[in-house]
Amino acid sequence: MNAIPGRQVPRLLDALLGGHVVFAPVRHGRIVAFEPIASGSDAVLGCSNSTVSPRHVLLPRMETLLTSCSGDAYARECTCPDSPVVLFGSRPCDARALTLLDRILSGGANRDVYYQRRRDLLTIVSIGCARPLETCFCTAMGGGPFSTDGSDILLEECEGSFLVHVVTERGRALASKLGVCDAGRRPGGATAAAEEETGHPAAPTGIDPGMLKGSLDASFDDPVWRAISERCIGCGICSYVCPSCHCFDIVDEEAGGSACRKRVWDSCQFASFTEQASGFNPRPTGASRYRQRIMHKFSYCIDDYGMAGCVGCGRCVTECPVNLDIREVLKAFAARGAL
Amino acid sequence: MRNPYAPIPMRVVRNRLETEDGGIRTLTLSFVDSSEEFAFEPGQFAQLSLLGVGEAPFGIASSPMEPRLLDFTISRAGLVTTELHHLEQGETVGLRGPLGNGYPLEDLRGRSVLVVGGGFGFSTLRAFTEYALHPGNRQAFDGLTVVYGARSPGLLLYREELAEWGKRDDIRLHVTVDKPDDSWRGPVGTVPALVRGLEMPRDAAVIVCGPPAMIRHTLPVLAGLGVSPDRIHLSLEMKMKCGIGKCGRCNIGRAYVCTDGPVFSLASLEALPGEH
Repeated sequence: MNAIPGRQVPRLLDALLGGHVVFAPVRHGRIVAFEPIASGSDAVLGCSNSTVSPRHVLLPRMETLLTSCSGDAYARECTCPDSPVVLFGSRPCDARALTLLDRILSGGANRDVYYQRRRDLLTIVSIGCARPLETCFCTAMGGGPFSTDGSDILLEECEGSFLVHVVTERGRALASKLGVCDAGRRPGGATAAAEEETGHPAAPTGIDPGMLKGSLDASFDDPVWRAISERCIGCGICSYVCPSCHCFDIVDEEAGGSACRKRVWDSCQFASFTEQASGFNPRPTGASRYRQRIMHKFSYCIDDYGMAGCVGCGRCVTECPVNLDIREVLKAFAARGAL
Repeated sequence: MRNPYAPIPMRVVRNRLETEDGGIRTLTLSFVDSSEEFAFEPGQFAQLSLLGVGEAPFGIASSPMEPRLLDFTISRAGLVTTELHHLEQGETVGLRGPLGNGYPLEDLRGRSVLVVGGGFGFSTLRAFTEYALHPGNRQAFDGLTVVYGARSPGLLLYREELAEWGKRDDIRLHVTVDKPDDSWRGPVGTVPALVRGLEMPRDAAVIVCGPPAMIRHTLPVLAGLGVSPDRIHLSLEMKMKCGIGKCGRCNIGRAYVCTDGPVFSLASLEALPGEH
């Protein structure tokens, strides 16, 4: 069987739950988020991008790194559970974002062991996007609605079934456990052909990443940052819903004789992110912090990790309370580069 | 897989007051597990931590030639530094490191080296100076000149070492203060003013660490002395958490101060945004 009938998906997830923790999209009112499910019928697969990204599967919003109890001479290292995990129903943009997190957290001289332990246990089953949202711009960022980057298996919706595209060996192992095999065709075949004729909904014109980087690098000291960011209220929601954002804080807590060190998500949009103990802040204004967000994603990440820190999921466009649309900012800079 | 967030247990050997205002102390630490391997270069830093209180980065203030006893000079500014100040002999503290790049010894060897420090910024410069003065290392460098300034005599760090260095003939030491007291017999004035009066070989290298105002006024003086920007090395401070290039806050442009720095040549710094 190389296609899974849609109505069989809950049963298939139930079968997975026997030996895996399964993260799948779950609806809470307006919000759709990836959570460990207790039953295959909990998963909602019909919606497009979830409200928040699934990056917490690898980089939790909060995790304890070290603990000690009274009587301990030294800190104990925390470990995460060792059961295999399946991320089911992520979109290609989110899977691609995890490849950036891999480069940052698994790469370099100091491998992040907490991230790596989770990564080694994770298999990613994504669903290609037959109907990208109006806010999607994955194609402009080098991905696409059927990109296989970062996925172990990519499912493609086709006439009420999900065609199975096996991408990695890990994906092949999971597919064989489920009794399904590779459909073998290029993902998005028919859909992509139709899109080429009609114009891609996930590919807004005017954002050329190469042009954009050159323009941004030349615009660091430009007063335009102030005008662009004037509307921004520094709430940081763009960082929290983003699948590529990965900056974190490390904080200690102590209560009732036990102490711990935790890692929590942080955002470059907060003044406290860079404010030093002396009170000096190298990024003292909202404009400098908004510029950091854009420069980090579209210039520094490319220099340091070979890919942009944005996969075009459009969540920051949807969730921004003041409608600051990153696509408009990028288009404006790309256009300057072309002048 | 080694956990880069797990601290090495260290024991406090000594906690000494440096400045008469009580604001700066130096902790000397030894390894609880004496088999712990730890090699570093002058200019590198480490994260010191007390679980439940927090963690903060400090330059290693002692010489790599004495790798079993590490000095950290700590200015009291917040919660973590206050608790570190209160540590007593025999108590334990966590250490992660060595972190960062250190001073570029390969570029400094064979040259005359000018060391320029101000106030609290002198800690890793002391590590370098002690390293260079070691009998096994001294001949690797040509002339060695140290300029160190503080606001007042009571705020000078490492007074025992300064006195020792002052007795030697293989180092030229200039210690200056802005506001002398009755007992002060040395030069009075700022660090940049003192540097201006130095005679330096044109191929000398300079390592600098100190408050922003000192650096701002010293750089033009060094340019006037003919030192090129690729031979001026500055040690920078930035808020840090992970210290290993992951948490994303200490960047200046594409460079992370924790892994690409904290030491940058002026030439490489000029190619980065002015966000520091």
